Amino acid sequence: MRYSAWQILKNGLTGQKGWKPVWRSPAPRPEYDVIIIGGGGHGLATAYYLAKNHGITNVAVLEKGYLGGGNVGRNTTIVRANYHIDGNTEFYSHALKLWEGMEQDFNYNAMMSQRGVINLAHSDGQMDFYARRGNAIRMQGDDAELLGREEVRAAYPYLDHDNARFPIYGGLLQRRGGTARHDAVAWGYARGADLRGVDLIQNCEVTGFQIDNGRVKGVETTRGTIRAGKIGMAVAGRSSQVGQMAGLRLPIESHVLQAFVTEGLKPILPGVVTFGMGHFYISQSDKGGLVFGGDLDFYNSYAARGNLPMLEHVCEAGMALMPMIGKARMLRSWGGIMDMSMDGSPIIDKTPVDGLFFNGGWCYGGFKATPASGWCFAHLIATGTPSPHATKLLMNRFETGHVLDEEGTGAQPNRH
Amino acid sequence: MRLTCPHCGERDAREFTYLGSAKLLDRPAGDTGAEAFHEYLHIRENPAGPNAELWQHVMGCSAWLHVVRDTRTHVVESVSLASGVAR
Ligand SMILES: Cc1cc2nc3c(=O)[nH]c(=O)nc-3n(C[C@H](O)[C@H](O)[C@H](O)COP(=O)(O)OP(=O)(O)OC[C@H]3O[C@@H](n4cnc5c(N)ncnc54)[C@H](O)[C@@H]3O)c2cc1C
Ligand SMILES: [Zn+2]
Repeated sequence: MRYSAWQILKNGLTGQKGWKPVWRSPAPRPEYDVIIIGGGGHGLATAYYLAKNHGITNVAVLEKGYLGGGNVGRNTTIVRANYHIDGNTEFYSHALKLWEGMEQDFNYNAMMSQRGVINLAHSDGQMDFYARRGNAIRMQGDDAELLGREEVRAAYPYLDHDNARFPIYGGLLQRRGGTARHDAVAWGYARGADLRGVDLIQNCEVTGFQIDNGRVKGVETTRGTIRAGKIGMAVAGRSSQVGQMAGLRLPIESHVLQAFVTEGLKPILPGVVTFGMGHFYISQSDKGGLVFGGDLDFYNSYAARGNLPMLEHVCEAGMALMPMIGKARMLRSWGGIMDMSMDGSPIIDKTPVDGLFFNGGWCYGGFKATPASGWCFAHLIATGTPSPHATKLLMNRFETGHVLDEEGTGAQPNRH
Repeated sequence: MRLTCPHCGERDAREFTYLGSAKLLDRPAGDTGAEAFHEYLHIRENPAGPNAELWQHVMGCSAWLHVVRDTRTHVVESVSLASGVAR
């Protein structure tokens, strides 16, 4: 069924009886042309673009849990294209353009809201850096505006502008950035892929690979052996473990990142605000909850929940930026396992195993990448060559020295 | 989470900073070649289970510690001085 205002009206008048399950739940077939491991945002988007852009529809997405139960359903939903290193800028620029047309493209309401993302500055040096970064973003063709003190004060009156330690000097605003409904992005791609014939197979964990003479032949799963000549991995925080089954040695550590949400409040934050000095960022969901987060817990973790010291730290930073937040009650906190790469940037590339392709290292920023990640990974799998939007996200860049280290912190994943 | 520093006893995790895998103790010799340094600097086992790692007791005695910790549960199996770890 195509979703439309007419369908909503019709079903509203007929007791909502016309809605159908959004995708099928097929049993795995013994063989496919392409298998995608991981039914998160990236895996589902990859399947969608394999079908839509390349006409490859004999595809299965294998997900060990349920679709969208990983990081795609745990993130703080921020979408932006404000990177400043070649290799990242063109990739995220492509992503933002896809976000802008995504809902019409897959006919699903992802609640994409271009409410703006502002990075606050607290010193002359930081203002200079943001001027430069804004120029890099504009050179790429995306938008960036350097705001002064008064403009930030007018848009965000509730911030502590005259904080003794970090007074707000201004900020770099990207108006086209914003937020989207994370689950709906996964569901939209899932539905779009399913409609084009892709099998979405849940509760199907990949437990091993069949590799013959350096060529991948299929996977072992909890639902039996499934063969395919081309296999793409998009398992986010589990990259190292799934990779190990195929003998891959990866420049990745898994870390936990937490997020928090308060009770619903009246509208107070028009856009997304990042307070880099305090390692804190915040936005307000459409339901009114303040959604915020900070840094990783700092040590390797596969526990999909965080520890309390980071909660305390994030709340302190929140109080420093926005003292009124102390009156709000926090409803929930949760964590997700991040695949932190050694330079803080992602990898979309072939692997030493023929037919096995790798998509990972998304760190804490992979939600915004979702459409472009799927687009470029599908291109790589279908054609064997990197997409023109992702020519530098290569696995061997660590060996050759062409790292994409936006933060300039070196091979120290917990610092990116 | 708490770590038992050999010098200071059982202390809150907030007193320590984390560097990363204990493999960083095994720095290749300067003339070993780029491949060995790539392996040393970038490649990680990243286990879901016991992980040998380096922590520093920055808000205590400043000692570098070799810690074996389960990355799924944060149960700490052992803590010893990094300087005493056999290489
Ligand atoms: C708290 C938090 C906040 C974040 N905030 C933002 C943000 O504001 N903006 C942003 O851009 N990014 C953000 N991120 C990062 C973003 O969520 C991730 O980078 C991105 O979702 C990762 O890609 P994915 O959606 O494909 O991952 P996932 O949804 O994790 O998908 C991977 C899937 O692989 C499956 N899998 C794993 N192993 C196997 C196996 N052996 N067999 C079969 N399936 C397997 C998993 O079950 C999972 O469903 C945040 C992350 C967290 C945790
Ligand atoms: Zn000590």
